[in-house]
This record gives sequence, structure tokens and C-alpha cells, in this order.
Amino acid sequence: MSYARDLTAIRALIASHKRWDHVFALCGLAALMVGVLTFTALFADMAIDGIPRLNWEFLTNFPSRRPAQAGILSAWVGTCLVMLVTAFFAVPLGVATGIYLEEYAPKNWVTDIIEINITNLAGVPSIVYGLLALGLFVYQFGFGQSILSAGLTLALLILPVVIVATRESIRAIPQGIREGAYALGGTQWQVCRDHIIPYSSAGILTGVIIGMARAIGETAPVITIGALTFIAFLPPAPVGAEAPFISFDWVMSPFTVMPIQMFNWTSRPEAAFLQNAAAAGFILVLMTLAMNGLAIYLRYRIRRNIKW
Amino acid sequence: MAKAAAKGLSFYYGDFRALKNLDLVVHENRVTALIGPSGCGKSTFLRCFNRMHDLYPGNRYEGEIRLYPDDTNLLAPGVDPIEVRMRLSMVFQKPNPFPKSVFENVAYGLRVRGERSRRALADKIEAALHGAALWDEVKDRLHEPAFNLSGGQQQRLCIARALATDPEILLFDEPTSALDPIATASIEELITELKKHVTILIVTHNMQQAARVSDYTAYMYLGELIEFGVTDELFIKPKNKQTEDYITGRFG
Repeated sequence: MSYARDLTAIRALIASHKRWDHVFALCGLAALMVGVLTFTALFADMAIDGIPRLNWEFLTNFPSRRPAQAGILSAWVGTCLVMLVTAFFAVPLGVATGIYLEEYAPKNWVTDIIEINITNLAGVPSIVYGLLALGLFVYQFGFGQSILSAGLTLALLILPVVIVATRESIRAIPQGIREGAYALGGTQWQVCRDHIIPYSSAGILTGVIIGMARAIGETAPVITIGALTFIAFLPPAPVGAEAPFISFDWVMSPFTVMPIQMFNWTSRPEAAFLQNAAAAGFILVLMTLAMNGLAIYLRYRIRRNIKW
Repeated sequence: MAKAAAKGLSFYYGDFRALKNLDLVVHENRVTALIGPSGCGKSTFLRCFNRMHDLYPGNRYEGEIRLYPDDTNLLAPGVDPIEVRMRLSMVFQKPNPFPKSVFENVAYGLRVRGERSRRALADKIEAALHGAALWDEVKDRLHEPAFNLSGGQQQRLCIARALATDPEILLFDEPTSALDPIATASIEELITELKKHVTILIVTHNMQQAARVSDYTAYMYLGELIEFGVTDELFIKPKNKQTEDYITGRFG
């Protein structure tokens, strides 16, 4: 009556069980391919259409009625500046919120409701943020159709992502580390400043970049608050030759961003503009990939020194 | 001479009464061991001494832990738990070095206390590492990450971290349960060395360890202190039947 003795039967059993390993491996691979191939096809298609159009002038020219002379200077500068404002507001707000909720806030029904709200906020359609921003930032606060309005809008949009990423990476810190720091006589803030924030920074950074990568491609809310589709000038430079040398006039400047420039070109009848749109799309994807690459690099740098 | 004394101490996790009316004296510059089966409340008791339970909601103390010579009740609502933790250090069950350098690990308690002088830090860190019998092994790698050390070294680093701030009592929560026999032996040797200068309270579920390192032993069961006395007497001639059953291996 011993199972172990019947080796042939055991081997047959193992073989039949292993069949499911192969079945699942194939299913998983197929599922993976759907994502990978779709992205590759989209990217390749855009690259084939767009790359012949790429040259230095395309990056340094303003938009134009003539497709061959049109460029994306104002669009990529606008995108970079809006992202700067977005990060400036979303990172401190999101990180502070995440730390407060994890380390300071009592766990009760009020924080439960706040938590549900934050999760729901992540699911609100971006156009709704655009409408809110139109009423609040553009008119109520009088920021107008400016880089500041757009940056604030996108900051609101990615705030839940940053908060959730911050909380997740704080939760990943072992309780023993926290207790060790408290046992040495640290206050809550000392423990946060010296331990919680440094050890969770890799995860927070990833969340920030994921959020930014989402924001960089957003079109609807930026159109809603009134980004222009034809901008033939750059915002005022942040550094000047005269005192006080640093100027923040650029935040109030009208602007356009990459997706809007693309949207504008795709709605033109001429085929040459479609090629421009593909080229701009190619650059936009490169910008996103560059951001992700930076995130991976920084995360690697930080994680190398943190283990438990 | 008494360094600390628990008087009528009860502790509640929410409605659950985990410690029941404990009385225990911790003698100065002696090792006091808390033994008992899993779940008897020995770690819970230890963690009352540095108010670790205050980190979590729903916990409640009753009674007192007096710290001498100033006769402060460590559990009094008016006493800041941070003040208590500045006076008593703790070494945990699992080595928990910070993901920082060896130097920064030992320096942290001093930095929390506002020590900024590089010179003073370096001196105190060297002394603490000597105290934890770790100096010779790490003196050339002070600025390497602490997790490069072996498990036993990490635990001695945690002891150095706890020593650096010159604690009045050193609390050990099963400090060798995650270590191999050789590392365990070195920690036990260290505890014997340390008691010349520091009062030690140690939780262990290893009876032989209690017999080897401690001067006084308390046997706990289900949140109650069953017997407390000089280690040699308690192990050789326990007064209580339950204690006898436990230390002779008939129970637990």
C-alpha cells in the first residue's frame, strides 16, 4: 500500500501534472504578447511615418501653416514646463499626504473614508479635472489659460497615484526598522525624516514617474482649461540678464503641449501634417521612455543601498 | 540594589488582559531573565519598560514601573514615552540594523539626542563597538552598509547601537533566537561582560540560556508571574510546582 514504490505511476502522474505547467506558460506568453506586440506595432508604425520627418528644424521651429516648416518647439518646451509645475505641486502634496496617512493619522472610520476617496479620485475621468480646473484655477483664482493652471490641473490628476505609491512603499518598510528607530528615542518626525522617507524614496519616485508619464500624454483636461493649439512664441525665460535674474513670468504664459500639437495636426486634411503628428508622437513616446528610464536608474541607485 | 520595579502591572491589548498584576524587581548591574512558554506575556512585559506599546492604538497599562534612583513611574501618563526610551535601550529579536552604514547605525541614537560633533560621535561609537565586542571586526568597514555584516555581527551592532546612548537598563527581547549557536555564544558572553556596567533585562525562551547568563529569573505563564528568584535557586529548587514542571521539561 505504499505510493512511493510505484515509480512508473508517480512519473506518469508528474508528467500529467506538468502538462498544465506548459499550458499555463503558453497562455501567459500569449497574454504578454498582446501587450508587447500592440505597443511595438503602434510604435513602429509611428516611427516609420515620423522618423523621415525628424530633423533639427522640427525641434526648433514653431508651428506653421506650411507642414514642411512646422515644428514642435513651443510644444515640447510647453510640455517640459507644465511637467515641472506638475511635479513641483504633486510631489510635496502627495508625499506629505501619504506619510501623514501612514505614520500619523489614527486608523478610524474618518481615515477609512479618506482612503476610499483617494482611491476613487484616481478613477475620475481626466476631463472632469479639466472642468474643475477651468472653474477654479482659470476663473476663480484668475490664473488664466497659463502653464500654472495646466500644471496644477495635472498635479491634481496624478495626486492619487503619488499618494498611493507613497503609502505602498512606506508599508513595505519592516516594522522592526520603525521600532528600532523609536526605541532609540526618536520622535515621529525624526523617524520619518531619517528612516521612513529615505527608505521609501525609491517607491515614491516610481509612483511619481508613473504619474508624470500619465500626465505627459493627457490632452482632454489641458484643452478644457484652454491650452492654445497655435503658439509661435516661447514663455519668458526663467533666468534674465538683469536683477533679480530669476523670473517666474513663464508660469503665467499661454502655452501648448505635445499631445495638443499632435491632435491639432491629425485633424488637418493634408497628409504632410499627419506625418508631422507621427513625428511628434515619436518624440513624445521618447520623452516618456526617457522618464521611465530615469526612474529605473534612480530606483536601482537607491535600492542598492537598502535591504532588509 | 533595585534599579527598577514593576508594581501591580497589568497590560491590555484592547479588552484582552495580557499581563496580570505583575510585581518584579530589577536589580542594578544584574541580569534578570524572563522565561515562560510562548504567549505567556514575557515580551509584552519587556516592551512595557520602554513604552513600545504606545506605538500602537488600543493598548493600556495599569499599575507602575518605577525607575530608581529618581523613582519615576515610567508608565505615568505625564511621562513622555520618548523620555523613557532615551533612558532605556532595547535589542530586538531579529537583528534590525538600519539600511545605513555601520557608523550611522551606532550614531543614530546620539544624533537623535542632538550630538553633532564628528569627533564626539566617533569616540562614542568606537567605545560602543568595543562594548559590543565588534570593534575589531568592523573598524576598517565603518562606512560599509550594515547589512554586509553576518547575522551575529548585525545583532552585536544593534547592541552597540543600544549601548552608545549609555542606557540605564538594556532590554533584550530574545536576542539570539534568530542566530546560530556560535553567534549565540558570543552574545551570551557579551551579556555577562556588559552586566558589570549595565542593568539587563532579558526575555528568552531558552531555559539553558537563562540559567547561563542571568542572576535572577522570573517564570511567567498566561500573563502571570508564577515565580521570581535568584536563578540558581529557581532552577535547582523551584518553590512552585508549575515552575518545576516547566524547567524540568514536563511542560511547555
